[in-house]
Amino acid sequence: MKTVNTKIPSIDGNGLMHGRPAFTDDLTEPNSLVVKLLRSPHPHARIKRIDATKALALDGVELVLTHNDFPRNSFTRAGQGYPEPSPHDKFVLDEYVRHVGDEVACVAAETVELCDKALELIDVEYELLDPVLDFEQAIDNPSILHPEDGICEMFPIGFEPKRNIAASYHMEVGDVEAELAKCEVVVEESFYTQAQAHAMMEPHAVNARLDFQGRLVLISSTQTPVHVRRILSQTLEIPLSRIRVIKPRVGGGFGGKQALHGEMFVSAVTMRTKRPSRMVYSRKEVFESTYSRHPMRFDMRLGADKDGTLRAIDCYVLSDTGAYGEHALTVFMVAGSKVLPLYNKVNSVRFHGHVTYTNHTPAGAFRGYGAIQGNFALESAIDKLVHTLGLDPIAFRQKNMMKEGETSPIFAIMGEGTEGTAMTMDSCKLEYCVNRGIELIDWKKRYPTKTSKDSIRRGVGMAIAMQGSGIPYIDMGAATLKLNDDGFYNLMVGATDIGQGSDTILAQIAAEVLECGMDDIVVYSSDSDLTPFDTGAYASSTTYVSGNAVYRAAQEMRAMIIREAAQVFQVDPDAISFDGKTFASGAKTITINELSNRLYYNEDQKQLVATGSYVGHKSPPPFMAGLVDLDVDVETGKVHIHNYVSVVDCGTTINPKLAQGQVEGAIVQGIGMTLYEDARYSKRGRLIENSLMDYLMPTRLSVDKLTTEFADSYEDSGPFGAKSVGEIGIDTPPAAIANAIYNAVGVRITSLPITAEKIRTALREKGQQS
Amino acid sequence: MKVTMTINHRQRELDVAPGEHLLDTLRNHHILSVKRGCDSSSCGVCTVLVDMKPVLSCSVLTARVAGKEILTVEGIHDFVETLAGYMGHEGADQCGFCNPALALTVYALKHEIPHPTLDDIRHYLLGNLCRCTGYQAQHIAILKCLEECA
Repeated sequence: MKTVNTKIPSIDGNGLMHGRPAFTDDLTEPNSLVVKLLRSPHPHARIKRIDATKALALDGVELVLTHNDFPRNSFTRAGQGYPEPSPHDKFVLDEYVRHVGDEVACVAAETVELCDKALELIDVEYELLDPVLDFEQAIDNPSILHPEDGICEMFPIGFEPKRNIAASYHMEVGDVEAELAKCEVVVEESFYTQAQAHAMMEPHAVNARLDFQGRLVLISSTQTPVHVRRILSQTLEIPLSRIRVIKPRVGGGFGGKQALHGEMFVSAVTMRTKRPSRMVYSRKEVFESTYSRHPMRFDMRLGADKDGTLRAIDCYVLSDTGAYGEHALTVFMVAGSKVLPLYNKVNSVRFHGHVTYTNHTPAGAFRGYGAIQGNFALESAIDKLVHTLGLDPIAFRQKNMMKEGETSPIFAIMGEGTEGTAMTMDSCKLEYCVNRGIELIDWKKRYPTKTSKDSIRRGVGMAIAMQGSGIPYIDMGAATLKLNDDGFYNLMVGATDIGQGSDTILAQIAAEVLECGMDDIVVYSSDSDLTPFDTGAYASSTTYVSGNAVYRAAQEMRAMIIREAAQVFQVDPDAISFDGKTFASGAKTITINELSNRLYYNEDQKQLVATGSYVGHKSPPPFMAGLVDLDVDVETGKVHIHNYVSVVDCGTTINPKLAQGQVEGAIVQGIGMTLYEDARYSKRGRLIENSLMDYLMPTRLSVDKLTTEFADSYEDSGPFGAKSVGEIGIDTPPAAIANAIYNAVGVRITSLPITAEKIRTALREKGQQS
Repeated sequence: MKVTMTINHRQRELDVAPGEHLLDTLRNHHILSVKRGCDSSSCGVCTVLVDMKPVLSCSVLTARVAGKEILTVEGIHDFVETLAGYMGHEGADQCGFCNPALALTVYALKHEIPHPTLDDIRHYLLGNLCRCTGYQAQHIAILKCLEECA
């Protein structure tokens, strides 16, 4: 292959480093109205009275909108397949506020300063309600977050708002209680994971204008342009045909932009005032008023025999979705469906639980999407079981884990809020990943600990993980290739490049099929008017789903141009050879440049356009082994990571360097979640870490070394053998690091983040016991 | 009020509001490579060079840089072109939102420490956060770039 599986620089890196205007707020119309929101200072309250008279009296304040100004259409901000598996439990503005930072009123004014002044002049009288701040006390709490009428589930998801339950689920293979009773060893443990903030570098931003046809045009930093357009249309009652959503370059998303945030407000302002408007979230708003990761509690029970045969897994999950149920059911389900099949040889497995409402910032999509939480619980519990049995953690996994050609009943049972899709693992190099990982980290010499000096103890730990490649029968991607005069192509894709490099790898797939250079493919992505449909950048779908669509479009384009060359030579298409540049039939040749100029200027004139679309019939999981070599200082509890080894099976890497970037970025984000990232709340329900000053996340000094390799793997159903790779990297750090800490100092930390304080406290307690 | 400074090698007299920050001044004058990422001077994406020193333009009053030389990536085109080549080769750019600020800081580093070690690079760039890359590919690209530029 000439283009696929080669290390081609991303097509946008150079221009973006030069600072060319490309991000949402670089593309704001001059003289746009500034839009800002008055946000709730209370975690739970009812607005008794709201008076904007004084704010509106300010010269330059154009508009103030409150809950009285919107049609009462419930919706979900979650950008997901439609009908959504998230409850419609949100109104653009409501008389209730349900978390600190929730939306009270919307102001549009000529300047930022005027907006701020107007926000101060809006007079609001609140009736304070009891907040629900502990998700373990949320179900059947006397304080109910969503007592209002007009909210609903789109299909059965276990939605019981009067009980503060956003969603619930239960599945069982075999009889787990009976199976556990038969096991020689049963271990039990509860695990807690925290709210992690996405902290993408570009805050949420959106702007709006009416174009010369009077249509509403949004430029939005979003992962899901078509969902934005649909939800705007349904909620604000604007015909879909009157809305255009353009996604420019996006400064990171990680799931945090897989939802609507400012879009409703700039649209409402521009529709009412007929003036362009803009909104850029402050960092505090990004923390308090967008999304975090769903905090969860896992009650795990594992049963095995003494010979190391894992027989049963029982997993109850309680998840905190915060004030609104965005991605509530699906994130929770992924904590089972993309975790439990790792150990597919058990006789019985149960996964059940509830997703609760609390008066916290809503949780939403976040890279890993439940799998990182579930992986921490399962892979920590497995490690505990292995130590209880006195076995080797590598040998135990090799005996019990998923292998190529195998399946798990869970795939057919658990899907995107509904039934799943049965599949076998046609590509699964997990065994290789584990074996190669052991070599790279020098496991045999280092496990469990190595010589230590003074207060430093060094240990290794590991975890295995899987993810998915899109959502079968739901995530659809499409691509259109257009041949231009002079023989180059436009590739129009609905797929949404948010910095992960999808424009580049999709162009590589097209260039490989058409055997042309990367410069001959000009990509344009994510403009709801100009590019074909694609559900967006989420669920690790782009390489596999959108990539397959590009592959199909390129195959069709190739067939088209060969037919045209055959027409020129008056021969059968089978008689044509094509090397990407020149068509030949015997001694007769014509170049692609000549052919296309002929097609557009001289003879047989016609436009050549090919469109391909794809929806997965399965979701082939990428797999990986993550292994860590770290120090723990027993005096301070401080952890220092020497080396994090990742060996990943994502099928063919369309672009090995960009795939490595996906893995390494995710690993470090996962390390942040493991060791320090924590969006905590005060007793009064206010987010404590609400700025990049307070919120600790990985820096350039956090990890000494990342070692990343890919398994030689080929997924037949993927484009050139590829599976997706956007999320898998984030899953292993919590369990691998927790297991390494256990191996180094003998304490198992069961709640994230694993701070120095927790380690030190556990060591002290252990010392007191012994 | 009028403030005179040199921006990207050109002397400019700009009309600014009292209390205006350099970040807003630059963006208001369509120098859009300079980004805003936070409200607490902690992310580094608004970095510009003032007399060759990296500063956070979100927390510098424009009036305070009167008479000084301001550089943004628009003013160091050749260096950015070179660095971008190394970054692309290592797969070290993802969303690119923080990359103009990164390039400016690397440019300042090059002048301050002509032969930096990997550790010098990690410490010098500590204020430039990146949430996409995991940092290592950036460091490899920067080290190679500066070794070959030196």
